Amino acid sequence: MKNSKILIAIMALMFVFLIGPFVVIIISSFSNDAVMRFPPRGFSLQWYEKVLNIQMFQTTFWMSLKTGLAATFTALLLGVPVAYTNVRFRYPGKNVLELFFSSPAIVPGLVIGFSLLRFFIYVTQVPILLGLYLGHTAILFPYTVRVVSASLRNFDPGIEEAAVSLGSTPLHAFFAVVLPNIRSGLVAAFILAFITSFNNVPVSLFLTGPGVATLPIQMLIYMEYYFDPTISALSSILIVLTVIIVQAAEKLLGISKYM
Amino acid sequence: MSFIELTNIDAGYEKGKPILKDFHVSVEQGELVSLLGPSGCGKTTTLRTIAGFIMAEKGKVVIGGRDYSNVPPNKRNIGLVFQNYALFPHLSVYDNVAYGLRRRKVAKELIPEKIANVLKLVSLTGYEKRLPSELSGGQRQRVALARSIVIEPDLLLLDEPLSNLDAKLRDEMRAELSRLQHQLGITMIYVTHDQVEALSLSSRIIVMNEGNIEQMGTPEDIYERPATPFVANFVGFDNSLTGTVRAVQKHRVTVEVNGSSFVSTRVTQVAGGLSPGDQVALFFRPDDTSLTDEAGENTIAGEILYVNYQGNTSSYALKVDQESIRAVMPGRPMSGDTREIRMRIDPEKLIIERV
Ligand SMILES: Nc1ncnc2c1ncn2[C@@H]1O[C@H](COP(=O)(O)OP(=O)(O)OP(=O)(O)O)[C@@H](O)[C@H]1O
Ligand SMILES: [Mg+2]
Repeated sequence: MKNSKILIAIMALMFVFLIGPFVVIIISSFSNDAVMRFPPRGFSLQWYEKVLNIQMFQTTFWMSLKTGLAATFTALLLGVPVAYTNVRFRYPGKNVLELFFSSPAIVPGLVIGFSLLRFFIYVTQVPILLGLYLGHTAILFPYTVRVVSASLRNFDPGIEEAAVSLGSTPLHAFFAVVLPNIRSGLVAAFILAFITSFNNVPVSLFLTGPGVATLPIQMLIYMEYYFDPTISALSSILIVLTVIIVQAAEKLLGISKYM
Repeated sequence: MSFIELTNIDAGYEKGKPILKDFHVSVEQGELVSLLGPSGCGKTTTLRTIAGFIMAEKGKVVIGGRDYSNVPPNKRNIGLVFQNYALFPHLSVYDNVAYGLRRRKVAKELIPEKIANVLKLVSLTGYEKRLPSELSGGQRQRVALARSIVIEPDLLLLDEPLSNLDAKLRDEMRAELSRLQHQLGITMIYVTHDQVEALSLSSRIIVMNEGNIEQMGTPEDIYERPATPFVANFVGFDNSLTGTVRAVQKHRVTVEVNGSSFVSTRVTQVAGGLSPGDQVALFFRPDDTSLTDEAGENTIAGEILYVNYQGNTSSYALKVDQESIRAVMPGRPMSGDTREIRMRIDPEKLIIERV
């Protein structure tokens, strides 16, 4: 099987290409050297210590967490009914709206960030924090709609009708029968949206301002001044946290099919 | 007035493009009526219209004397059994069955007993705690049934409830349904495209085609006296020849097919108004034919194309008057290499329909 050997080799290359940078980052975060160097010359945990001691990282971590959670909840709250309407009903303009839901995959983040900036800051003059929250909600909304739609499409509408024929109103049937069965889709949407928000740079770049920064923005600022493995250490922490959350959700709910 | 009356119904999925057109059905209390027909003919659409998931554009749905035309599905007391069961995947058998009772605000202390009774009825005692995913197809089917009859519906609609089961289980479930129907006396409308199922279960059968009713009648009517070519074909009158009416007597029509004369004593409703000179089709079943050497009344010349040995019977492919005809005869294939034979059809086995 010569062919399969070539395929396996290509697979391995892809794997190295995808996973390699993470490995480099994680290894370099344990360096004892003040400059980024690979492979590192010695081992230390000093950069982890430093991460935990930099006040700005802590403040912006909480800022990112709060923004992410608030925006994700809001986007889900809006996304679920929109996804439901979109999957179950036919209405005029449906195609246009569907295009809109796939827009984050097509429109560059910088463009979205800039438009949101013009809209929020210059036109409506909202406070920075509120702008950041609304901006994140806006970029997460299409994600939640798409993921929730995928799980709704997998759910037999006949089951809902069964509930209605047994006496539920359509609204009651939605809460009693639909929601419990798209739980894993909801969790998938939540995780995907939250991670998207937590990682977002382009939109946050335009919507943060004096005294308000998210963690990725703070990391960029830090890197402009220092080029030591602190960022590697911080990135490693984030990688590990993400992997743990996604793995746990996958184990418990099998969310990967909706992502 | 019948228990269920659908009058003048136009119903479908898009406004202005009704699937059911000017549809009329009436069903008596306690009847089991089957809707029989090929895929896409509108059987499910009919059930959905009765259940209220499709609101008819035109016409009236009356059940038990009450006009249901504008009543939403959750306010109609109708049990539904879906083709793919549609059990609630996250609820146990017990909670699935309890769903309708709870929605109807049945007193809490009455619920366990009602559920125990209905589960006993469908032989599922002991399965209360299982999830639907932990049941076999037949068991799911019975949960779906239990769930819809425990609410004591005025009417039970079943959409091909047995189609996902294997042949043996289907036979068992069919018997069980029949028993339940007699025991409970519920009015049922039963969708199937299985002829045998319709014939064995129903008090009446409605044969549908492209949103229209082709024929409504007792199983015997449908099977023995199909009223249209479509129904004839559907119930196994696979062969047809065309001819011209020569003589019409009270229960006896003579037809000439390419020089051969055929007499039919089984005249259907439609054939009633025949008169000499009319073009007609003769329908007959493959196993109602016999092959002989002798010429005579009700025979026609044919050519054997090939023979299939089928154990107890032999199946012949014939060419008769330019038509392909299938004939099934008991016993082994005829010996010898006769290719030119005559085919005979009994007068009482021959149906005549106007074309
Ligand atoms: N949701 C829908 N939207 C639009 N058209 C539909 C829909 N469901 C069914 N139809 C159309 O309505 C017609 C009748 O369909 P219906 O489901 O009633 O057929 P059926 O007799 O139940 O067939 P089957 O035996 O395959 O279940 C078909 O032509 C079908 O294409
Ligand atoms: Mg159907």
